[in-house]
Amino acid sequence: MFTIESLHQPQTLSEVKQIVEKFPDITVLGGCGFLKLSSRKIPVALDLSRCELEKIHETEQQIEIGAMVTLRDIEKNPSLNQWFDGALPKAVSHILGVQFRSCATIGASVYAKYGFSDILPALLALDTQVELLRGGRMPLVDFLSKPITRDVLIRIVITKDKRRVSYQNLRNAGADFPLLNAAVSKHDAEWKIIVGARPARAEIAVQASKLLTSSADGTVDSGAVAVAASMELTFGSNNKASAEYRQAMCQVLVKRAIEEVLA
Amino acid sequence: MKLELLINQKIYALDVAPDEMLSDTLRSKGFLSIRKGCDTSCCGLCTVWIDGKPVLSCTMLSFRAAGKAITTIEGVQPEAEKFARILASEGSEQCGFCSPGFIMTVIAMKNELKTPTEQDIQHYLTGNLCRCTGYMGQMRAIKTYLRGEVQ
Repeated sequence: MFTIESLHQPQTLSEVKQIVEKFPDITVLGGCGFLKLSSRKIPVALDLSRCELEKIHETEQQIEIGAMVTLRDIEKNPSLNQWFDGALPKAVSHILGVQFRSCATIGASVYAKYGFSDILPALLALDTQVELLRGGRMPLVDFLSKPITRDVLIRIVITKDKRRVSYQNLRNAGADFPLLNAAVSKHDAEWKIIVGARPARAEIAVQASKLLTSSADGTVDSGAVAVAASMELTFGSNNKASAEYRQAMCQVLVKRAIEEVLA
Repeated sequence: MKLELLINQKIYALDVAPDEMLSDTLRSKGFLSIRKGCDTSCCGLCTVWIDGKPVLSCTMLSFRAAGKAITTIEGVQPEAEKFARILASEGSEQCGFCSPGFIMTVIAMKNELKTPTEQDIQHYLTGNLCRCTGYMGQMRAIKTYLRGEVQ
């Protein structure tokens, strides 16, 4: 269990900025589900729960999800269930139980860039940006490609478009981490294929996505594209599954996701 | 840090450490129904309600509960007893260690979902582990409990 020497609870983002500038090594507290498994000694902790970041705000063009929004809030949000074939609520609904999802926050889930993340593949399938206190707004894919820096994730911003999305996952047991997951989206003619929990972090299968995008309507060979995705990405072994098994299952999940988008 | 917590509709003035989890705070005030089965956020035994929603008190920092309504099983005793009797009659009450957290989740589900299917029930209760019963008796008890509410 971690320990906290001093705690800061700002009420505005300008207060957050001042605190972060004063304490460069500050630890931001999310839902603490993963943090509590560690024995970290935290000299200075930052709690964002008073900064009004626990809301999902919808405009005509975007859905903005504050960093302190819980995974359960995402699961139940009517707009997120309506848009993108409900891919985000579907992705988080497999994470442990209702009570855990009522604690875990989207900010910490994204900022930590976990390899086993269920939500990253789904977010990557959308037009998603992250807003950081210091780093400003940037596409999620760029954020994920950079090393973790000392910053504070403020919100996730998703463009509302009419894309079709499918999220798939495979687990050894219902409440376990995924041993593999995949998301596929189609926006106009552009396809995106993402595979996560390989066990490395979710990544876009760029070549397989291009192959799919270049296929004429009605001629998509979902099986061949799924094989291409499994050959393009790398897979590793851990206590949940071997690399070979993950590569084989990648073909199943990606094919299934493509066919669900086409249905 | 000093704070006031509203527990079962009663205000408690407390002095808690910033890294203290709600389960420890509640147990220190005598709410011994709060159990810690796993301490890794997996088992659901420590479930309490925060503003009516079930959360893991072993994973929620105590200071974050300030200004919210905390409910433990001691605060919903008549309803908990009603369901506990059904559990016992279905043979799904054995060692009882997981029962408080399980019952809190079932009552929260009843309050939240209207006419849940068996799949809905399984999904809602995924985060509650029981090592005695094998879950079948619990499912029978939940269905009986929910049917009773409809009648």
